[in-house]
Amino acid sequence: MLRFLIKRLLLASTTLVAISIVTFLLFFAVPSSPAWVMCGRNCSPERIEQVEHSLGLDQPITKQYTDFIKGVFVGRTIDDAGTIRECDAPCLGYSFRSKEPVTDTIERSLPITISIVVGAMAVFLTVGIGLGMLAALKKGTVFDRVAIGASVGFASTQTYTLGGVLLLLLVYSTGILPNPHYTPFTENPVDWAGGMLLPWITLGLINSALYARLSRAQMIETLQEDFVRTARAKGLSPRVVNRRHALRAAITPIITIAGVDLGAYLGGVVITESVFSLNGIGREAAQAVSDLNLPVVMATVLLAAFFIVAMNIIVDMLYAVIDPRVRLG
Amino acid sequence: MTTSTSPAAAAVDPEAYLQVRDLKVQFPTEDGLVRAVDGVSFSVRRGQTLGIVGESGSGKSVTSMSILGLHNPARTKITGEISIGGQNIVGMKEEKIQKLRGKDVAMIFQDPLSALHPYYKVGVQIAEAYKVHHPSASKKEAATRAVDMLDRVGIPQPQRRANQYPHEFSGGMRQRAMIAMALVNDPALVIADEPTTALDVTVQAQILELLEDLQREFQSAIIMITHDLGVVSQVADDVLVMYAGRPVETGSVEQIMKRPQHPYTWGLLASVPSLHGDASVDLVPIKGNPPSLINLPTGCSFNPRCRYAGQNGNLSFSEVPELRSAGEDGHNVACHMSFETRQRLYAEDIAHAGVAQ
Repeated sequence: MLRFLIKRLLLASTTLVAISIVTFLLFFAVPSSPAWVMCGRNCSPERIEQVEHSLGLDQPITKQYTDFIKGVFVGRTIDDAGTIRECDAPCLGYSFRSKEPVTDTIERSLPITISIVVGAMAVFLTVGIGLGMLAALKKGTVFDRVAIGASVGFASTQTYTLGGVLLLLLVYSTGILPNPHYTPFTENPVDWAGGMLLPWITLGLINSALYARLSRAQMIETLQEDFVRTARAKGLSPRVVNRRHALRAAITPIITIAGVDLGAYLGGVVITESVFSLNGIGREAAQAVSDLNLPVVMATVLLAAFFIVAMNIIVDMLYAVIDPRVRLG
Repeated sequence: MTTSTSPAAAAVDPEAYLQVRDLKVQFPTEDGLVRAVDGVSFSVRRGQTLGIVGESGSGKSVTSMSILGLHNPARTKITGEISIGGQNIVGMKEEKIQKLRGKDVAMIFQDPLSALHPYYKVGVQIAEAYKVHHPSASKKEAATRAVDMLDRVGIPQPQRRANQYPHEFSGGMRQRAMIAMALVNDPALVIADEPTTALDVTVQAQILELLEDLQREFQSAIIMITHDLGVVSQVADDVLVMYAGRPVETGSVEQIMKRPQHPYTWGLLASVPSLHGDASVDLVPIKGNPPSLINLPTGCSFNPRCRYAGQNGNLSFSEVPELRSAGEDGHNVACHMSFETRQRLYAEDIAHAGVAQ
């Protein structure tokens, strides 16, 4: 177990370093400069040079990269056109645009993304897995067809359509739900949930299709396993057979996929955040890319990569807990 | 044909614990009606063992599944009678069959690795089988009972083994655990579906011996389903040979092994190596494959594979042979050839190979 963890953590850090280097290089390969974006079309070459200097972009790439990495681990001093700023570890630099520390940007936007994702996951795991399992048990019936058909229908609408329609119906026309907004959970849990309800429903319904189909297929396969027949031959009731024997085995691969999905979503759900005007990580990242705002791009990319890598490790460890046949090593 | 006039049905012992009369199991599919079992009758007394022999697709496993009522009633048509301790389970309510399953009738499955749940400890799985029919038993009692059973079936250190998962057991130990689970409620009838097929030959003998010991101890009726006549000769009292869902020969183990009458039984015997016969004689496989159960050959369904088809005029190709007395009491065979022809052919072609004894 410990050996597995050390091995995987080493691999994870290597992955993150590699991703940071690639992102950095990619940024400088773009035939544009943040200075142009910041100072506008009619900018004199001198002014551009000035801006580039103030952002530290006139330094060699290697120097910029090592400065960035140094900042992450021990902090650094940033000379912003004469203004000296102390940036403590973990320093992700200052936003080229707003000049605020990138850590502040993350601190502000990450809770929003987490709130959206956690709630939406709760929706699509319960709705998706629930529908899929029921559909498998009632395979071939009207319920099966309607449930799977409806979930595919929702999935094909996509967030921008379903989100827009729900906004129109539930917020603008009827006022049943408040306009989506973010209130920290610690401040007012009810308002937190109220403001998040619409993104949860939208993202949740759209993703439940995948989980419904997946769990239906898994369950149908598991129901044909020999050990399910054994359970029935013992004289167990169908309820116990389905829950304790079939579901337990069918759900394992679904948990794996859910874990990896969670990692991916925590890196930002750009479209959902944009449709509901919530400034989560995804929206910050998209904005930073179009602004060529390197420090924010680096931070959001690395954060997203971190979530995916971390969730993969967690899922692997979880698998060993769920399935006694799996030994980590 | 009614059950009372069928010789096989007439041979059903009215005293027996399990009585199966003219059982038919059919699965309607998109391709047509699958006649998996087509008119089988047999009976097993407590303390006795019936061997059901046949190739894959002969209907032997379908028969055993229907004795446990495990077929999905929505997709299966079952007619005839399956009487377990006096109760006919054909058409019985699922909730009532559930009470019989695992308690009065238990099943030992072929491949214990896939038949045991991979995520639960062996002891827990056995305890669950006990608890479902003893709801008043405490968890601890059920667990103790599980350990006792593991001990009974010859698993060393049962306390420790009960806390392990199936994948931590060897093949033979796993099958012992499976047997422990089947016997945990002292069932009157045990169906063993190819219980030794997945095991080493040396372990096979141990498992068969164990089953015999346990049968003596519990006086249970056993149905041994197998394609291996060696297994049958070792454990069975009576034998039912099935082909394409129909019984082709029934009799005592001695009658079937020593004086077989049906060419299919001859084929099965000739394809098993014998210690007693001529060592230089090659094994003779039965040519061809079992037929599709949707589209059976007309006449005797064995005719495309039978060396002797057509011996008795055109009957093999036009008429389905009924089970008829093969001479001795309790020995029945479904073959168009006359008794004399069969005797002659057996003496000429088969006997010298010294088929498995």
